[in-house]
Amino acid sequence: MAANPLTDAPGKPGPPLWLLLELTYRCPLHCAFCYNPTDFARSEAELGTDDWLRVLREARALGAVQLGLSGGEPLTRDDLEMIVAEAHRLGFYTNLITSGVGLNEKRLHALKKAGLDHIQLSFQDSSRQMNDFLSSTRTFELKSAVAALIKQYDYPMVLNVVLHRLNIDHVEEILEMALKLGADYVELANTQYYGWAWHNREQLLPSREQVERAERTMRRFRERVGRQMQIYFVVPDYFERRPKPCMNGLGSIFLTLTPDGTALPCHAARMLPGLEFPNVKSASIEQIWYGSEGFNRFRGDSWMKEPCRSCPEKARDFGGCRCQAYLLTGDAANADPVCDLSPHHHLVTEAVARADRPAAAAPALGAGEKPLVFRSERNSSTLFLKRDDN
Amino acid sequence: MSVPPDAAPHAAIDAASRPAIGRGFRLQWEAAQNAFVLLYPEGMIKLNGSAGEIMKRCDGATRIADITADLERAFAASGLSGDVIRFVIMAVEKKWLQIR
Repeated sequence: MAANPLTDAPGKPGPPLWLLLELTYRCPLHCAFCYNPTDFARSEAELGTDDWLRVLREARALGAVQLGLSGGEPLTRDDLEMIVAEAHRLGFYTNLITSGVGLNEKRLHALKKAGLDHIQLSFQDSSRQMNDFLSSTRTFELKSAVAALIKQYDYPMVLNVVLHRLNIDHVEEILEMALKLGADYVELANTQYYGWAWHNREQLLPSREQVERAERTMRRFRERVGRQMQIYFVVPDYFERRPKPCMNGLGSIFLTLTPDGTALPCHAARMLPGLEFPNVKSASIEQIWYGSEGFNRFRGDSWMKEPCRSCPEKARDFGGCRCQAYLLTGDAANADPVCDLSPHHHLVTEAVARADRPAAAAPALGAGEKPLVFRSERNSSTLFLKRDDN
Repeated sequence: MSVPPDAAPHAAIDAASRPAIGRGFRLQWEAAQNAFVLLYPEGMIKLNGSAGEIMKRCDGATRIADITADLERAFAASGLSGDVIRFVIMAVEKKWLQIR
């Protein structure tokens, strides 16, 4: 094979092992903690089937092997089965990340036949009332039925519940529900504050006491049920002193495509200013991964500022999350302010202190001073107009 | 109410056991990584050379004794049985393998 100066350079990045396709922004749910961009309504048309299939072939040829199919709700696309079938044929491990809405037996049968490996089903809370409130829909019973269907088709059942101030006190009930549904794995994923969740951060950020209580409850539960149900608890990074090694460093293993084909090094990166992100309609996955500014800018550590640049831990956490650095400090090259070595760490501790205030301790369902803004086409357009007016 | 703890998962593993790839895992050769990998929901384990060689022989029908003999033949080695059983025990604990 001929030498390729683009990809054979010394220290060249490894392959994009993880490919996440956000097939659509359409979603029957309206979760207030969604990480999708708040301006998704302005997004361009979704890629067609042929483009998605080409992307799969190109990424697989580079070495991509884990495939996430997400959105929005990926089941709103009626070519999902075709996409799964091609991915399976190419040797991807295929993960469907779904709210369950739209997953009936006919589609599940077809997806299984197409070679779908795995389904991650989201719940918003343990009770119908809270689930339906938090997703701004009536979907709880439907999701329960889908969970049974997933078991029936012999998939390992992975439930994902995003935790935040309004449901974190229900961890025990959430885990009981998961056990009753026969879940093999439960991910209690604390909200990460991007997109809609960022917009609603003041309403969603739990107090430190809530987080600690939830973690104790989770540990007790884990001891009780043993190996039959594995529980993952993702600690909210606002309560940590060191940042998460976000995406293992931008451009190291992770490649996301948004519904219109824009390629991003993480699902939130579109917000980063001054970066051109290529689109699969005009560039190959290889050009995008190895040759684009959007993917190269935050590779390695030459972009780092102090305190990261001279920090012995930079090889472990890569300075944390670029999007969080940008959202909180206005500069994506700053240290993630979750780190207590960051001169901006007070921005995180102040947000947590506000969440700890007793006055905000018992928010009624969305009846706080500032209402929760649910993810919807209409709110997306409204928020966008507001931002343009500023 | 408490659930009784699982019996030690490796209590019954010996040379006659027939390990298979664990439920929910898929073993696959990845040329881009020059390695066998174990794929599972939203994750991947890159196996080192010997782990890959053992696991690709775990088809649920072949006994550990025969897997060992095959490895010893393929790599002109001897005395691998302890290593293979130890690996299988570890892999069963991690659910990478299961004994049918």
